[in-house]
Formats: sequence, C-alpha cells, structure tokens
Amino acid sequence: MRSLTAALAFAGAVALASPAHAFCGFFVGKADGKLFNQSSQVAIVRDGDRTVITMGNDFKGEMSEFALVVPVPSVLTRDQIHVGERRLLERLDAYSAPRLVEYHDPDPCNERIYPMAAGPMMRAKSMDAAAIAGGRALGVTVEAAYTIGEYDILLLSATQSQGLETWLRESGYRIPPRASAALAPYVRQNMKFFVARVNLKEQRKAGYQELRPIQIAFESPKFMLPIRLGMANADGPQDLIVYAITRNGRVESSNYQTVKIPSNVEVPEFVQKEFGDFYKSLFTKDWRAHDHRAIATEYVWNMGFCDPCAADPLTLAELRQLGVFWIEDQDNALRGGGLPVMLTRLHLRYDSEHFPEDLVFQQTGDQQNFQGRYIIRHPWRGSATCAAAGRYQEQVLARHRQEAETLASLTGWDTDRIRRKMGTDAPGKTETDPPWWKKLWR
Amino acid sequence: MRLPRDPRWLQIGFLCSFLLLGLTARDFPLWHAPLLFASCLATQLACERLLKLPHAGLLSPIITSFGLTLLLRAGAWWVPPLAGALAIGSKYALRIRGRHFFNPANFGLCCLMLLTPRAWCSPTQWGEGGLLLLWILALGLAVAHRAFRADVSLAFLASFIILRTARIHYLGQRPEVLFHQLSSGSLLLFTFFMISDPKTTPRHRVARIAFAAIVACTAFVLSTHWVQNPIVWALFFCAPLTPLLDALTSRQEKSVCAPSQQPSLSPAP
Repeated sequence: MRSLTAALAFAGAVALASPAHAFCGFFVGKADGKLFNQSSQVAIVRDGDRTVITMGNDFKGEMSEFALVVPVPSVLTRDQIHVGERRLLERLDAYSAPRLVEYHDPDPCNERIYPMAAGPMMRAKSMDAAAIAGGRALGVTVEAAYTIGEYDILLLSATQSQGLETWLRESGYRIPPRASAALAPYVRQNMKFFVARVNLKEQRKAGYQELRPIQIAFESPKFMLPIRLGMANADGPQDLIVYAITRNGRVESSNYQTVKIPSNVEVPEFVQKEFGDFYKSLFTKDWRAHDHRAIATEYVWNMGFCDPCAADPLTLAELRQLGVFWIEDQDNALRGGGLPVMLTRLHLRYDSEHFPEDLVFQQTGDQQNFQGRYIIRHPWRGSATCAAAGRYQEQVLARHRQEAETLASLTGWDTDRIRRKMGTDAPGKTETDPPWWKKLWR
Repeated sequence: MRLPRDPRWLQIGFLCSFLLLGLTARDFPLWHAPLLFASCLATQLACERLLKLPHAGLLSPIITSFGLTLLLRAGAWWVPPLAGALAIGSKYALRIRGRHFFNPANFGLCCLMLLTPRAWCSPTQWGEGGLLLLWILALGLAVAHRAFRADVSLAFLASFIILRTARIHYLGQRPEVLFHQLSSGSLLLFTFFMISDPKTTPRHRVARIAFAAIVACTAFVLSTHWVQNPIVWALFFCAPLTPLLDALTSRQEKSVCAPSQQPSLSPAP
C-alpha cells in the first residue's frame, strides 16, 4: 500500500559550505533547513503569471510507499514537468540560511583605525483500463499519464471529492480520514490533481538513492501554495521553507502576516558552538509571540551577490534550472550591480488550527536586502595596560550584560543557563560594576 | 466628556492610535509618513491658491495622509509624495456636479499601484490580534456613526460577510476560514475609514447601501479572479457610481416631491 504523503511534505538536506570571508565580519555558521524536523522546502519562481515550482523531497521510507498529491491549476503536458536535482534546493538553503558572523575587538591600546575590508563580497505509464473505467464512474478522469525520471505521474480531474478519495484509495493509496474534506475546495475550484509515485524500475535504472525534486511550470493568476492538503495526515505543526524568486522585489503573504525575523543583534560568544539551537529557540519564540500565525522572512537579497556569504550565490545555470526563465547569459556581467532576480526566503510553522487557508503571496516593490544575521564580538584578550584599557573593560562588561539580556529575550532561555554558559564573561562574574563615582572626574 | 463637534477630529484621533499600534507591530515602516503629510498639505494649499478657492482647513488632507500612511507601502522615495499629490489633486481635478467622487486616499493608492511596481499595499501587516480588531471595530463604528455614514460601513461589511460565507460554504471550507478572512486590519480600516467617507458616497441612504453592496460584490468577483487587494480596487472602480447614483436619486426625489421642477429633456429655448 502506498501512503499519501502530505502535499509539499518535503525537506532538503544541506551541505555545509566552507566559511567564506565576508565584508565587515566573518561568516561562521548558519541555521539551515535541516535543523527543523518535519520540514519541507519548496521554490517558487514567478514573473507575471508564469510560475515554476520545485518541490523538495526528503521521503525516508520505502520508495514503493511514496506518493504525492498536489492540486495544480490546469492539466500539465509532459513538457511542463521536470525532475530536477536535489542540489538546487540545497544551494538555495545554504545561500539564504540565517547566519552567524564574528568580529574581533582590536587592542584598545592601539588606536589605529582599521579600514573596513574592501569587501570580497561573493559574486557573488500507462494506466490499466479497469482503473480508467472505475475512475469515470467515480467522477475522476485521468487527463494524462507520464513516466518522467523515476516518477509515474498522473494528472487527474474530479467532479467530487468523495469520488476522488475513493478512486485514490482503490488505486492503492492509503488515504487519511480527512483527505476528502481537504480535497473538496480544490475540486470545487476545478483544479486538477498532480499525482506522483515512484516507478521502482526507473529508479533502480537511474541509480538514485534519494528522490529528486519534481518541478512543474504553468501559467496561472494564482500565486499560492496549497498547504491544506498536507495537514490532512499531519500530527502537529510542520515547518515549511519557501524560496520565492521574482524579478522585482520581496515576496510576502497577502493572507497571513509576514514579519522579518529578529536580526542584526549581538549575542554572547558561546552561541557560536550552539548556533543551531539558538536559532531554533529564536524562531520558536517569535512564532509563539505572533500567536502561531505569522510567516517569518529569513532572507531577502538580490541574487547577484551576498554579504556576508553563507554560500556562493547561485549561478545563472542553476537559476535557469530552478525556472528563472527571464535571465540571459549576458546578465552575468551585471552580477556586481545585482541581477534582475530577488530571492525571498520565508519560513512558516503551520498547523490546521492556525492556517485555515492556503498560502497566497504577492510580490512587493521592496528591493531592500535583509538577512537573519547574528553577531558575536570577541573581546580583546591580550594584555592592555594603558588608561584606555580601563574604559574598554567597562564597555566590554556592559556589552556582555546587554548580550545576555538580548539572548534571553530572543530565545526565552533561562538567564541562569545563559550566565553559566557565558562562563567568566557572565555579567557580574568577573567584577562588580564599577562605582558610579569612578566616571565622575575622568 | 464632550466630544468634538467635527467628527473628523475623532477620526484623526483614531487614525493616530492606529498608527501608534502599527508602530508596536514589527516591520511597520514610517519613513514615508512625513513625505505623505507634506505632499498632501502642500497640494491642498496649492490647489486652493491656484483655483482661488476659500481655505477649507487642513483636516481633510490630514485624514488622507493618515489613510495613505497606513495603507501605502513604497519601495522608492518618490512614491509617497506622488501618491499624496494625486490623492489631493483628484479632489479638485475629478469633479462631477461640483463634487469629487474618488476617495482621495484610495485614488492615490490605486494610481500608484497602477503606475509602478514600487508601490504596494500589505493587507496583513496588522497581524490577527482578535482583541485589537474588536477594539478597532467598536471605535470605527463610533466614528462612522458620527460622520453619518455608519450605514455604508455596515452594509459593506454585511454584504462582504454574506458573500464570503456563501463562497466558503460552496467550496466546502471550514467556518474558521471566514474568521480568518475577517481578522484583517486592512479590511476594518477600509470599512470604517475609507468607504464611509461622506464626501464620496451617495447622498441618499438607499443609494449608499446599494453602493456599499456593489463595492462588496465587485471585491468578491475580483478576489475570485485572484486580484490582490480586491476591496481597495473595488472602491476605485465603483467610485464613478456615486455621482450616477446621486443623479438618479435626486431625479427621483424631485419627481416625487416637486414634479414641476423636473428638468426638461428638450433643450431650453
């Protein structure tokens, strides 16, 4: 029996890129998509009504059990479907993940002005007749059937959701009990159903161990992602990372609040060792603060460059494979000044209760770059005996106190835990605050 | 406590508190506010001087500035001043029978969205704070009532709810979808501070209710065609109906009340 996996229930794995030198700070770590359990990744490339969707896939079970059902606006021809490479979503994830950067304080006794590094910004099958006849009786029509890569793909239309559910069940898909109710709105909107399963023979022949992402291209005024179907068999909230790629500007949801993730804050040095935990706690706290209903923007950047770079920007060839149809080879010359390609990384944690409708998006005119960026500043640990060193030590103390408070407020972590982890840097640990009169007659 | 006689003062107070609440929400930009206020006020004064009109006070352009600040998002510095100028300019340039018919803030917003992709409207920027929205609802009602146009707001909201409920029922969606659609700050802002504008809604009560229902129906049709911000566009497209409905109702009133004054279809000698 095949189980109906949630529509768009995928996740991309991530290859850690080597740390890259960056303008004003070194990139030292990132919080990528694989941190989150039950996470899916999907890329939507859109300009006008033209849309290309790449659906990542981290299915871990028996290949024969895999199945995917996605509502689509029209019956897709074979040319509109493609099986892409996993690497594409991994590259997007690595490029746009929230990042940690570090700075080193200079010797407070050496007042030489250090110029900012003149930025090395990275340029960045056939159906059996019985099934078809049975389908007609249930109001289900098999509009098209293809074998593409390792997938057998069907395009179905249905006149009633109950009939579709029965057809899927009779065709060997294990349907969760609430599937019919979830399918109904799409049937009513006359949407078609893209149903994919693994063709084991083709898969063995191709030699792929993991399923590759399916890509579909179509024209539709609907700038949306169907997430409701995926909730039918979900037990608890799921994470979804959406990479929206457009020509003009940032993408936001027009039916759910979209907020930027807290960013550009200084955190204690120990966060470097547990950046993943830090970011997970930060995301969860922010999600709760917005009553579990908001979508977080983690990254908005022109695809021409990055600063600091968590990974190199995607090449033109990679962008075209993702479906960015409007770029040409000569655009490469523009890289330094930016490409006509904006990437928005949206992260949502959704469940049936808080996300009663599918996600609808709109492209805005906002071209301002944004990234989830967290900063650690290493204090000067060398010897310093000059008069300036005393003032510097006070500043460092104040900074550590501020960093501890920031970390507690961002993550909800217990202040005792933070102080413990900060070790000798913990506020009040090394020395009590200097008496107020010490600053008076300086 | 005595409330000010001019309901616009109350309206400004409430719009001000909207703005303050917006500031507590994340990512609510304010850099464009001074540009909008300056442009709206300057355009108003310039038009009055140019057309040699008596000074009509600054309350109206201030309200327009607030409306634009709350609804218009801009990706370029020149968007807010242009929106302000077009909004106020429309009051003087687009008039029928001595009355403007576009809500100025709505006109400025829609023109800029038509002209450039650098202008947009973020309908969900308020989040879904239920309590907050109830508060806004209550205050909005009071303002709309004081401005004698509560009927427009209520007729629009009722039509909107009926149509959305029917759609949700047809699609087989859950009732939560309706609550989700209603918990939009922009919807309430539109309902109580934009469509209720007494200057740009029909004079006759029946016409006003019909107007509100037509705007709601247009918004509904636009939303089924996946047009973003359908309510804002619906008001923009339906605005020319105001002088038409005024003409129809005034003719009807004249024919009922004073048949002798009915205008003759034949040209005057």
